[in-house]
Amino acid sequence: MQSSIVKKVLMALSGIFLMFFLLQHLAINLTSLIPDDGKTFNAISHFMGYNPIVQFILQPILIFGVCFHFIMGLILEYQNRKARNKKYIYHNTNSSWISKNMIITGLVILAFLALHFYDFWIPEMEYKYINYEDSDPTKYFHELKEKFNGETYRTAIYCVSFILLGMHLNHGLSSSFQSVGVTPSRDRLLRKVANIYSFGISLGFIAIAVFHYFIH
Amino acid sequence: MDLLLKIWRQKNSTEKGGVQNYRIKNIEPDMSFLEMLDVLNQQLINEGDDPIAFDHDCREGICGSCSLVINGAPHGPDKGTTTCQLHMRKFKSGDTIYIEPFRSSSFPVIKDLVVDRSAFDRIQQAGGYVSINTSGNTVDANATPIPKPDADEAFKSAACIGCGACVAACKNSSAMLFVGAKVSQYAHLPQGKVERKERVINMVEQMDKEGFGSCTNTGACEAHCPKDISLDNIMRLNQEYLKSKIL
Repeated sequence: MQSSIVKKVLMALSGIFLMFFLLQHLAINLTSLIPDDGKTFNAISHFMGYNPIVQFILQPILIFGVCFHFIMGLILEYQNRKARNKKYIYHNTNSSWISKNMIITGLVILAFLALHFYDFWIPEMEYKYINYEDSDPTKYFHELKEKFNGETYRTAIYCVSFILLGMHLNHGLSSSFQSVGVTPSRDRLLRKVANIYSFGISLGFIAIAVFHYFIH
Repeated sequence: MDLLLKIWRQKNSTEKGGVQNYRIKNIEPDMSFLEMLDVLNQQLINEGDDPIAFDHDCREGICGSCSLVINGAPHGPDKGTTTCQLHMRKFKSGDTIYIEPFRSSSFPVIKDLVVDRSAFDRIQQAGGYVSINTSGNTVDANATPIPKPDADEAFKSAACIGCGACVAACKNSSAMLFVGAKVSQYAHLPQGKVERKERVINMVEQMDKEGFGSCTNTGACEAHCPKDISLDNIMRLNQEYLKSKIL
């Protein structure tokens, strides 16, 4: 853990794990767009919410992955800032804004996660493990509608966050494969996959938020 | 050419430095950038001022001694060129040019534009070599057959002159392009196989000890490298390090 390369590899591996999670999260949420009054979305959400493997094994792993990625990101940022003690008076750079500002997009995603947890995860935990309410397998779709329908500020914040998430993923995906020594980050195929993945994730989540904002 | 130069002046490593303005006239476009600084220094000496300290040696782009961040770019605006091979025809008369030292916590300023790059020497000493028997039984290097693609790749990495522009360009002051080039150079050659594991582990350990930052794949190092050392070397460094740790 002392080595800078080990830290980068762990950062990349936790990032790749979170990218798989985002893909399945999007796939499940996209079912809320199926015109069946939320039947498919409710069925999958209920399964995910009450399956003991998902709840007690996969969920803690996911929470650990998220925390680890953020904490390691902050540690690396601190060390990197320490390594450059003085800035140039005349600054001229050849790097993209996204690649240089992963910490900014990362912190926005962290703030967004706090809002997202406040909106969906905390009420769910309260419902299941504090108030011990009887499970209602049809509530998920209505909850989703309630959060976005006509809620301009929330929908706008979610959409902006999804754009920044897409930017973070775009650099993160190609960068992580270089960090684990698999392929150079500018590899053409890897760049294509990173573009398609980041654009797809960003657009997919935005489409869901906007759809539920307009359609009651 | 008449120019306004904004140059970083710093008496020593402990005193706080700052930018000073210098006007210089009648500079020939065919002069090299360092020759222009020589003219300025002669002017300063004639006026009884302290000349500007800057590093230089071969002045033909090989030794890696020259440095300077010119208008925000290590080694200046020309791609794949060291400061000593940069010519004044790249600028226009009336231009303002900012000249600063390489910035990194691991490259402390000694005086003006001269920085201490001995951290690179210590990284090199930690593993950037091959052990060869020199007791009279030295085998001719050309006697060992090496596949052409491997030799070409090794040569591309070996082109690194260890000037430190990668560190100066990187927002994290990462030295991974330099270390990656040195590790890759030997990893491609049979002569480098014997110390392969120890080399990468020791060089990375020394790199971390020196306080360089880690790579965030922004690509600034490759863009400013005067020898066009590719970012692929960093990928290979990560690969070599993981192989050495796991296998």
